[in-house]
Amino acid sequence: MGVNSYLAHAPGYVDNEGPKIVTGRFVHEDSHTLARSLATGGYDGLKRALEQSPTSIHDIVRDATLLGRGGAGFPAGVKWGFCPPGVWPRYLVVNGDESEPGTYKDRLLMQRDPHQLIEGSLIACYALGLSQCFLYVRGEMALAQERIAIALNEAYDAGLVGTNILGTDLSVDIVLHWGAGAYIVGEETALIESLEGNRGMPRLKPPFFPAAIGLYGKPTIVNNVETLANLPWIINNGAAAYKAFGSETSPGTRMFAVSGHVKRPGVYEVEHGTTTFRELLYGDNYCQGIRAGHELKMFIPGGGSAPWFFPEQLDLPLEARPVGAAGSMLGSGAIVVMDETTDAVKACLRVVRFFARESCGKCTPCREGTSWEETILQRIHDGLGRPGDIDMLLDIADNISPGPYPTAADEANGLDAVPFPPKQTTICPLGPSSVAPITSAIRRFRHEFEAKITARELIPVEATGP
Amino acid sequence: MTAPTDADVVPVTVNGVEVEANAGELLIDACERNGVYIPRFCHHPRMKPVGMCRMCLVEVDAGRGASLQPSCMLPCTPGMIVDTESDLTKKAQDGVLEFLLINHPLDCPVCDKGGECPLQDQTMAYGPGESRFVEEKRHYEKPIPISDTVYLDRERCILCDRCTRFASEVAGDPLIHFQDRGSQTQVNTFPDEPFASYFSGNTVQICPVGALTAKPYRFKARPWDLEEVDSTFPNPMGDRVNVQSSRDRVLRIQGVDSDATNWGWLTDRDRFSFEALSHDQRLVTPLVRGDSLGNATDDGDELVATSWAVAVERAASAITASLEAGGAESIGVIGGANLTTEAQYVWAKLAKGVIGTDNVDAQLGDGLPAQVVTALPRNTISDAMAPGSAVVLLVDDPKEQFGTLFLRLRHAAVEGDITIVELSPIASGLGSLVTVGAHARPGDVGAVARAIVDGRTDVEVGGVEPAELQAAAAALAARAVTVIVGRPSVAEQAGPIIDAIAAFTELESVSFLPLLRRGNISGALDMGLTPGMLPGRTTLAEGGEWYRAAWGTVPADSGLDTAGMLEAAVDGSLTTLVLLGADPLADFPDADLASRGLAACRTVIAVDIFASSSVANADVVLPAAGFAEGAGTHTNLEGRLSPLMQKVNPPGTARADWLIAAELAWALRADLGIESPESAWAEIERLAPSHAGATVEQVRAAHDGLVIPRPDDAGADRPAMVSFSAPVPTEIVPVDGYALRLVADRRLYDQGTIVQHCASMAHQSDLARISMHPLDAAALGVRDGDLVRVTSARASIELPARPDRCVPRGRAVIPLNRAGADVRALIDLATVVTDVRVATL
Ligand SMILES: Cc1cc2nc3c(=O)[nH]c(=O)nc-3n(C[C@H](O)[C@H](O)[C@H](O)COP(=O)(O)O)c2cc1C
Ligand code: SF4
Ligand code: SF4
Ligand code: FES
Repeated sequence: MGVNSYLAHAPGYVDNEGPKIVTGRFVHEDSHTLARSLATGGYDGLKRALEQSPTSIHDIVRDATLLGRGGAGFPAGVKWGFCPPGVWPRYLVVNGDESEPGTYKDRLLMQRDPHQLIEGSLIACYALGLSQCFLYVRGEMALAQERIAIALNEAYDAGLVGTNILGTDLSVDIVLHWGAGAYIVGEETALIESLEGNRGMPRLKPPFFPAAIGLYGKPTIVNNVETLANLPWIINNGAAAYKAFGSETSPGTRMFAVSGHVKRPGVYEVEHGTTTFRELLYGDNYCQGIRAGHELKMFIPGGGSAPWFFPEQLDLPLEARPVGAAGSMLGSGAIVVMDETTDAVKACLRVVRFFARESCGKCTPCREGTSWEETILQRIHDGLGRPGDIDMLLDIADNISPGPYPTAADEANGLDAVPFPPKQTTICPLGPSSVAPITSAIRRFRHEFEAKITARELIPVEATGP
Repeated sequence: MTAPTDADVVPVTVNGVEVEANAGELLIDACERNGVYIPRFCHHPRMKPVGMCRMCLVEVDAGRGASLQPSCMLPCTPGMIVDTESDLTKKAQDGVLEFLLINHPLDCPVCDKGGECPLQDQTMAYGPGESRFVEEKRHYEKPIPISDTVYLDRERCILCDRCTRFASEVAGDPLIHFQDRGSQTQVNTFPDEPFASYFSGNTVQICPVGALTAKPYRFKARPWDLEEVDSTFPNPMGDRVNVQSSRDRVLRIQGVDSDATNWGWLTDRDRFSFEALSHDQRLVTPLVRGDSLGNATDDGDELVATSWAVAVERAASAITASLEAGGAESIGVIGGANLTTEAQYVWAKLAKGVIGTDNVDAQLGDGLPAQVVTALPRNTISDAMAPGSAVVLLVDDPKEQFGTLFLRLRHAAVEGDITIVELSPIASGLGSLVTVGAHARPGDVGAVARAIVDGRTDVEVGGVEPAELQAAAAALAARAVTVIVGRPSVAEQAGPIIDAIAAFTELESVSFLPLLRRGNISGALDMGLTPGMLPGRTTLAEGGEWYRAAWGTVPADSGLDTAGMLEAAVDGSLTTLVLLGADPLADFPDADLASRGLAACRTVIAVDIFASSSVANADVVLPAAGFAEGAGTHTNLEGRLSPLMQKVNPPGTARADWLIAAELAWALRADLGIESPESAWAEIERLAPSHAGATVEQVRAAHDGLVIPRPDDAGADRPAMVSFSAPVPTEIVPVDGYALRLVADRRLYDQGTIVQHCASMAHQSDLARISMHPLDAAALGVRDGDLVRVTSARASIELPARPDRCVPRGRAVIPLNRAGADVRALIDLATVVTDVRVATL
């Protein structure tokens, strides 16, 4: 049980009270070393796994209903089952490209406990018969890179990675790969392209999902860092123990990265499904409320790609299904909180700009549409908006994501929620993600947009008489 | 192709109508086949789908509810319901077009593509009428050159990935790529690395907008001013092309997608070769010897312009004089491989049936005997590359010489299950796509082939190690083998190649594709423009009687080949020589013999389109029509006949080659009985054993041409076609440990007449260099760029050296026909191979 405060040696992490499945070792200043890892049960999960058959490990993971933490929340055990039988080699790719706006949990996992990630990866490799694992880490995360590199060297030296791991038949090589700093490379097929040495642009799927045809055309499992970090605990404690935490459809714990106008922003390991947004944002064990003297205006519940929530949605549980039905997603577990001082137009512009800059440029609606949205929003923000701009924005958005876009219910205006996910004319969800802030902001705060457009600040021209 | 079974047919509902798609067929193609055109930009039938432009989105319900799907990525599945006209579809298409146009410069009035631009057309058909975009457009520097011939205008580019996919996927030259991201994404080259691809012009053709333009066509015409005709490019592949002209001038050649041959692609050398057609140095009037005042006198020193009547009379009287003084054997004809098949027939008839000489040779010492080539069982290109087959390469580098065949091979190697065994003396541009590189030492290829065929692979043979021999044998085992055979180097006699052919004929399932230089060489050999043969792949002995009955006369004995004719000229027994588009001074491997031979002839009659060095020394010059200036039929390496169409008039008074032969016959008081290419073809079809049943109508009607001989037995009553008999094997020349064995090959851009008369290509011909393996270079103390002296038994030349890993040890490669040094000086045609010693200066 934690001490319920920031840890100086783990900036951004709050050691709150509650079950610790993936951040348990963070309290130790040297949690990233092999010595500390081994002293605190590190690689026990791997040893335990090696005593059982690969299929039984797969069964445990499937039983545990371990949900993917990269964004889509797809059960890992089910994804693993998509590997076509008898096709070799197969690969594991660890998605450490974390760049969703507001998300900073994988970075902590990689910096603070690289051995847990290595162990989790090895367990996955063992369960699926994978002989090679690629750890793709975002380019900007220098400390994470360094820590993982050192940890890998230690693990290789200790016979924990490489040939005949722990004296068994298991041989797995782990390759550390530095990204070059592109958000889109977090999308699994773009990540695979990038690993292959190509430009990081998503492949169209279907027809082919990576589990069937992935890296170098072979079956490839792509999992998020946090997803894999759960494996040692699950193997050590069993599926039942895991499911004892959280709710039935979302067991276990989950890391949430909260940023913005709360008293105590930070990363929290939170019990999945049972905790609500209100508890997380206002509870003493967590963020402790909106900063003094202010009140909540809106919050993004699952990273920049998620449609916005408002105070009405605070009592939703932190669980994928209800959040999806309510019109947004838990996504990457990043919650961005904005109080009443926030300019909705500017907030919207800021998020849209991110997607416009990060579009990979592959498909027309995203490449052209996102930057068009950005320029219009910028114009409105600069006081140069035109009366038709709001409807035009919505129509452009509709050409990227046709049909009603997911959104929260708006009781004041008598509007129902539109459930997640959105439709798309694009290849990957990045383009449609740019629509989330636009529809969310315009639907709720249309008056703010209108005010900016009608109260355009005119450039004063000095009249010089004859 | 197997006939479709019910299982291969997938029912799909398109706009309420049930249609049949083929299993695995992409929805966009299935709809188009059934008359529903879905707009598209990035989809290209010869490249992998990328689903990038999103223009082809349509509403599809494949069982899980209707949603927008890219039809270019979606294989048809049974019961699919497609609506290409729903409101959702229309809004998506409108939206994509609007997105494509917001940053588009709309400079259509000054864009080469305007008028034939899919973006323009689709905007008219599907797009919004007005722009809602009021922001500043994206700006880039207006066109930047990305290669010697191609310009890129990034403002017009719609990022469809066609050019970039072509470069990496089809050509294997990944030199252009996307850069930056978001709306700043752009196509570009890597810094300081131009898009130096032999195939760059194809990107201009497939670019759906005017972003890529080619220098030779830029601002030359508007599409609506162009007249066009589908034709065949006279190269050994017989690439299908569309020839476009305006005001009687060819301005553009585009590839036409033919399943059988080029799939729509062309090499830059062929695509841009039309520049030469309107070059101001074209021969436009007949020339004869005259005095400095321009009077046509028999013994003048200069070539002066004259009328056709005078020139033809001069030529005829020279022939008559030779006939009277030395008989028909004192007359010879060299060349003719670039004529139409009809003209080749007419010239063969003139030479063999009127004049009575068998001294006729379309090859200049750099080919293979027609008795071998026309006797081999042939394959088609497509069957040669069918999955599960094997290809043996014993030719010039296809990338350098036969570009579109190279692209077909490359595709088959990358995508299909074929094995490629390279026996040529050096590695080709296929690089690592080759299954086995068994690069035989020049002179030893017959032994290498024999070892592979007989499975004697335990010892090194001809410079090929046992491992490669075994791998080659394994790669060919139990597969249908096609041997693509030519003359990889003129420094190696034809003998060893024929020995290799003889060995391969013993394989269980084998066929051949003879790949020789010069456009219509297959037609020339088929039409008997070669000693000992008569039209239709038959010999003098077999077909003599048949043709004597038709023509009146036929030579009794086999005549001389080009080398023989030149030697006969030197010793005075051959006095009149006709050059049919041939330039022995530049093109015959023994330049010295060529110049002595031509000088010794009393009369040289040249029929050509340019005044090459040989033509400049002729006595009578008859200007001929070039490509697109006359009609006829082309024969490619498979024996595929396809039509050559006339698009423009020949310059000046230049005439079609067949007509020149007919006029010359007339002046010799003979009537060939031929009034048109069609009447020539009718005679070929009536007489030639190999062409029975191939009528003009059939050739013109078939989109992919017609392969001869036809499968039916229409020619059963005709003389037998030649059959292959293996000659006595050529002796193996022992290796000289102090020498390197010479390979004299060819490159795409050289000092050739056409390339040198094309403004956009002439400068691309590099200087001659000698390449050798880095270890050989090191042993000789030669570094990159060093000037070296190369000495053979015959002569020495000096040129810079280049170490090159692709050259096997013990060999030295010098390209022919490059400025700086003439490798021909080293070659002695009388020896099987040429060994050279290299010394630093
Ligand atoms: C635009 C985009 C960005 C993404 N970025 C990330 C990321 O940074 N990290 C990540 O783990 N998954 C990211 N994903 C999700 C991955 O595609 C993939 O679903 C995930 O890595 C699978 O791992 P999981 O099943 O363990 O969640 C992204 C997806 C999209 C569409
Ligand atoms: S939606 Fe955007 S990021 Fe995704 S593939 Fe298309 S252009 Fe790239
Ligand atoms: S230059 Fe042309 S072919 Fe290449 S990506 Fe742009 S539009 Fe497509
Ligand atoms: S044609 Fe289908 S996406 Fe471009």
